[in-house]
Amino acid sequence: MADSMSLRDRACIVGIGETEYVKGTPKSRLELALQASMAAIQDAGLNPQEIDAVELPNGSAGGGAAGDLAANLGLGDVRFTTSLQEMGGAQCVASLEVAAMVIAAGIAKHVLIPIAVQWASGPSARAFYEQQGTGLQSVETIRDYYVPFGVGAPAQHYAWMAQRHMSIYGTTHEQLGAIAVAMRKHAQLHPKALMRGKPMTMQDYLAARWISKPYRLFDCSLENDGAAALVVSSAERARDMKQKPVYLSGIATGHPYPPQDIPNRPDILTIGLDFAAPAAYAMSGLTPSDMDFAQIYDCFTGQTLLQIESAGFCKKGEGGPFVEGGRIELGGQLPVNTHGGLLSQAHVNGMNHIVEAVVQLRGDGGERQVKDAEFGAVSGWGGHAHGALAILRR
Amino acid sequence: MTQQLLKNRRLPSDRPATVTFYDYCSKGELRFQACADCGEFRHPPRPMCPHCNSQNIEWKAVKGTGTLYTWTIVVQALDKILVDDVPIIVGIVELDEGPRQAAWILGVAEEDLRVGMKLKVSFEAVTDKVALPQFSPA
Ligand SMILES: [Zn+2]
Repeated sequence: MADSMSLRDRACIVGIGETEYVKGTPKSRLELALQASMAAIQDAGLNPQEIDAVELPNGSAGGGAAGDLAANLGLGDVRFTTSLQEMGGAQCVASLEVAAMVIAAGIAKHVLIPIAVQWASGPSARAFYEQQGTGLQSVETIRDYYVPFGVGAPAQHYAWMAQRHMSIYGTTHEQLGAIAVAMRKHAQLHPKALMRGKPMTMQDYLAARWISKPYRLFDCSLENDGAAALVVSSAERARDMKQKPVYLSGIATGHPYPPQDIPNRPDILTIGLDFAAPAAYAMSGLTPSDMDFAQIYDCFTGQTLLQIESAGFCKKGEGGPFVEGGRIELGGQLPVNTHGGLLSQAHVNGMNHIVEAVVQLRGDGGERQVKDAEFGAVSGWGGHAHGALAILRR
Repeated sequence: MTQQLLKNRRLPSDRPATVTFYDYCSKGELRFQACADCGEFRHPPRPMCPHCNSQNIEWKAVKGTGTLYTWTIVVQALDKILVDDVPIIVGIVELDEGPRQAAWILGVAEEDLRVGMKLKVSFEAVTDKVALPQFSPA
């Protein structure tokens, strides 16, 4: 047997589900996760009893423990459960890697991956960093070495990265704005986008209030409630299932160093995706220029810019000019976040990015369909720049 | 022990290494945790040296001069405690000896901020046991 077993094209995303995305909900995260899970299971043409693995990209904070989902969905003989941690928003994409391993190893047949968020109704991101006793050095570092200086929210410590990019590469506010404007434009074409019906010009973007310079209000992602879910199955099974299969051709994760502190990295613009992307492309046998679209984890505009570079779509430092002139808009060279992203569709920890990639590769994008989309990249970012990249194909 | 708050700042926790770091600051000394065996700094403090895997520590003093690595200008205060202080320039300062630390940058107009500008430390007492390093042009 070979030393390594490639995960290339071993697993397929066969089901997708989303709730409505709203600002404020009376529903619990478990209720939201169950609703998205049922939608994904039905989309796959399965019964809940056929699900035999549950992966929680955000642990029980994403809706409940695997047992809570099993007890409500009526899952029978569950063969595998797991939770991810530490990589924050990168965990949805990272969960695809685990699902593919579980399937390739023959441990389970159909993996359910749900996540619910209550960014609007639940505790703030800042409250998370102020928790005592998480055991995470990253949380302790923020609490003890950033918060006393007034920096504790992602918009603030991620702004350090954006400012450094602007200072050393000459990236402009208008270039950050081009990302926000493109996402908003795409959101006008998605029925579930929170910013649908609220178009935004560059002037609107520049006129918005400052949050933490260089970030203005619309450099920052939305805070909403909702849930999304996937079902992942083996490629052999997927070929006979209800939907056109979407193959996981490449998948990898990567980490900044040191992971738990931003200031003391040798280069704060070196991110986890710098390590993940080459491995994911290598597994897939594809290159960045093969991609028909990219769904990039757009928690903030500057982080989107960094990931566009690290995912290989342009050279380091050239992200600013790259995002100008409509290049990342539908109809451009590389449409980015065709659903509107975290900035203008909804913040679902990037699970909505995977859902949208599947929609595009099925050809179900309607008026926002990327013509003849065959290959797409989906990135994840979280927990201070951990990264993940999935290469999907139809 | 309750400490009298001299300034409206969110206090660091009482983890031992954190107490040591800020206690030195309150004495007017900027010291960073370092490996007692190979000498490498490890900041923020952690229990093992990633260079030689030693768990022995010392607290090495630095001169207090460095350069600006990057910054953000916090306009929307993190919480109510800072509403009277914003906007504040929160820089990452690279000390000449290597470690980097977040701190307020004082005495510089926003348009004069530059990566690489030379800075020197001073300290702002927040309680009688905690002072925060802050930097202004050298
Ligand atoms: Zn050492």
